[in-house]
Amino acid sequence: MIRLIPRTQPSKAMIFLSPLLALTLTAVTAFFIFVFILTDIEVSSVFYTLFVEPLIDTYYISELLVKAAPLIMIALGLSIGFRAGVWNIGAEGQYVIGGITGGAVGLYFYNVEGFWLIPLMSLAAILGGMFYAGIAAFLKTKYQVNEILVTLMLTYVAVLFLSAMLQGPMRNPSGFNFPESRPFHDSALLPIIWQGTRLNIGLIIAVILSFVTWFGIKRHLSGLQIKITGSAPRAAKFAGFDDKKTIWFALLISGGVAGLAGLFEVIGPAGQITPGLPQFYGFTAIIVAFMSRLHPIAIIFSALLIALTYLGGENVQIYYNLPSSITNIFQGMLLFYFLACDVLIQYKIVFFKTIRQKL
Amino acid sequence: MKYQLEIQNITKSYGDLKANDDISLSIKPASIHALLGENGAGKSTLVKVIYGSLQADSGQMQWCGEGYSPKSPFEAREQGIAMVFQHFSLFESLTVAENIILGLDDIGLDTDFTEQIIKYSKQYGLDINPQQVVGDLSVGARQRVEIIRCLMQNPKLLIMDEPTSVLTPQEVTDLFITLRKLAEDGCAILYISHKLEEVRQLCSEATILRGGQLVQNCNPQDHNKQELAEMMIGKKLVQLARSNITTGQDIFSINNLSRKSEDMFGVDLHDISLTIKQGSIVGIAGVAGNGQDELMELLIGEVEAPADSLIFKGEDVGRLNPHQRRQLSMFFIPEERLGHGAVPDMGLHENMLLSRPQKSEMTNYGVINWQNVEKLTQQVIDDFKVQTQSSKMLAKSLSGGNLQKFMVGRELIQNPELLIVSQPTWGVDAGSENNIHQSLIALADQGSAILIISQDLDEILTLCEQVHVLSEGSLSAAVDMEDNGLEKISNLMVGSEKQ
Repeated sequence: MIRLIPRTQPSKAMIFLSPLLALTLTAVTAFFIFVFILTDIEVSSVFYTLFVEPLIDTYYISELLVKAAPLIMIALGLSIGFRAGVWNIGAEGQYVIGGITGGAVGLYFYNVEGFWLIPLMSLAAILGGMFYAGIAAFLKTKYQVNEILVTLMLTYVAVLFLSAMLQGPMRNPSGFNFPESRPFHDSALLPIIWQGTRLNIGLIIAVILSFVTWFGIKRHLSGLQIKITGSAPRAAKFAGFDDKKTIWFALLISGGVAGLAGLFEVIGPAGQITPGLPQFYGFTAIIVAFMSRLHPIAIIFSALLIALTYLGGENVQIYYNLPSSITNIFQGMLLFYFLACDVLIQYKIVFFKTIRQKL
Repeated sequence: MKYQLEIQNITKSYGDLKANDDISLSIKPASIHALLGENGAGKSTLVKVIYGSLQADSGQMQWCGEGYSPKSPFEAREQGIAMVFQHFSLFESLTVAENIILGLDDIGLDTDFTEQIIKYSKQYGLDINPQQVVGDLSVGARQRVEIIRCLMQNPKLLIMDEPTSVLTPQEVTDLFITLRKLAEDGCAILYISHKLEEVRQLCSEATILRGGQLVQNCNPQDHNKQELAEMMIGKKLVQLARSNITTGQDIFSINNLSRKSEDMFGVDLHDISLTIKQGSIVGIAGVAGNGQDELMELLIGEVEAPADSLIFKGEDVGRLNPHQRRQLSMFFIPEERLGHGAVPDMGLHENMLLSRPQKSEMTNYGVINWQNVEKLTQQVIDDFKVQTQSSKMLAKSLSGGNLQKFMVGRELIQNPELLIVSQPTWGVDAGSENNIHQSLIALADQGSAILIISQDLDEILTLCEQVHVLSEGSLSAAVDMEDNGLEKISNLMVGSEKQ
């Protein structure tokens, strides 16, 4: 018989071993799934396409980093909220709105160039995302409306709003009626940092933000405030921290960063606003945040891992005609095993030789 | 002679920890036997073994001279052992009679027990109305329901776990009458407590445990309170006394503070007034649930108080948040340690930052200087004898007494001009209690004012010069302690007298 016994102290070894164990278990489970569903294809070559190919080809590596950047940014914002017990599930919506508001500024200046343009667009995107998340903050602090519902529902509103804008005011006048915006000109596009690829400065900003967040959480009172509000709300009150301010802070930060990530997608890889802007980054970032145990630096690594499942999943779709849900299966399994294995940090498994008599 | 219950060499371990190490004791029929010890001394473990909810690793028990090793509480009850727990297990929405019936093993639901309940109630002075809903009863009355429930099984041994910790002095007196009567009628009682005065009054035999081991079996009446306490904690206690009570000007006053509770089960506060002078210790006595929590929230600043109801050093502080109040040198120690005064999953050094003055070496424009924080935490640990492996240990890993010493130290190190503390020694071992009381007295001797809200009347009487009583949300005037002070306090606590 197997039982979980609480450890007296969290296991240091398990903090590092648990992700490796989770990866192993994911791979093993995936192996069995493939053996089960694939009859005429070599399972090992599918694995190769999924996990190895994206890592040995420069094009794929650059694409990996392109996908990781928005995931890092959004997950950072979310992790702050999650630490405080504020559950922003609708980063996808804030991401779309940020893309629209930031992009709108770029479109307004479609014939003007200047170094100030990207900062201005970024500001508009951040404010757009903040406003959108702020709706949830307002409703929660004023009327105790659950932020999970508000942020999630507003995501669908944002996606519909995007399509309305692309059918109407934002449609490219010379775009043959496709629901797409004008392409942005060079001074409105993010500088490329790896020539010949789509990798732009967004990745650098994402990594810098990780370190800034890490500093804030470790060394600033606001980080402590968020942590205390999340784990012991009464103690937060005792310390004199205003819980409403914490809610506003968490939602505005996560909304603002998600908005910026949306803009970076628009003026990065996409180069224009398209109906394809929502790519589930906002939802996937939730997985990224939890896989990293809400740690700002670890978020970089879990974002890379998740980005790998995106690319690998696309590859096996193309080469082996497998369904696109392969990607989701992998992301789901990763999150499941990561969370499950983390139990071993606080608990140890004990095997009993004999079954204890029940009372 | 034949003992009711004999325990021989019981040992029970949890992992490496020996909760009971070779413990023996014998309970005579119809006697009241005390089981004394601090938190963690092994009292609960021993009782669980007797009551069948735990099985000992080694050792034997004899019940009426015959071998006894219950596998479950059900078997223990069959033998005639009943237990009243510290935390009651009653259904609030049901009547007294229904609760009693539900507590019985193996009985049809249609039987009417009302008469039997009334019989026991009369016989043992357990004043109770079987038709009343338990939710409306006071804590003392609920305890009486639990006792009657036990008596329905005609027990030969009744185990009482810390029965007086929730009672008023009058209720304690009544309980003792009941217990003596029960013993006379042949029911032995195992009385678990750490309150020495009670044990000396009530019990003719006592078993003292410390750290899982048997210290002594003795007659508590042969020893004074000090000796018993020292046996219990294993070291000498410091005698408490204020060296110089020199009170200065009024520093803090509560003026006609009223507040309706927002919580459905909360207590409304009515017209509370109180003044504290520099250098004095003022106590608010009262049974829990009479508005202490609501008052404390207002005093800490977690809830805003009406204008001009809280005046500190001439300033209206009612609208300030706790942090702002600390800047004026008001500091607080709430009753609840884990989750209120400290965050369970954070280290002591992080918990240090919950209570911080504006100008402190701990933070600079919001940036935390962890080196200084740790230095200060270490200072608290050293000065207040907090037993912990390091300043980074999680708050939840400390024992209640040690965490309380840390929390007291955290506030005292700021040299508060006013310290407001609720239940300073609740659930704390006698050694730590003694330390904490010493620290509070030392603070007042320096000229600081202290307000203590406590259910522990002994504590209030030891420390405070001025005593008020909180009852049903109203605060009495200061009680004149000359001339039957204790009786007046007792009456005020049950609300039968207004001064």
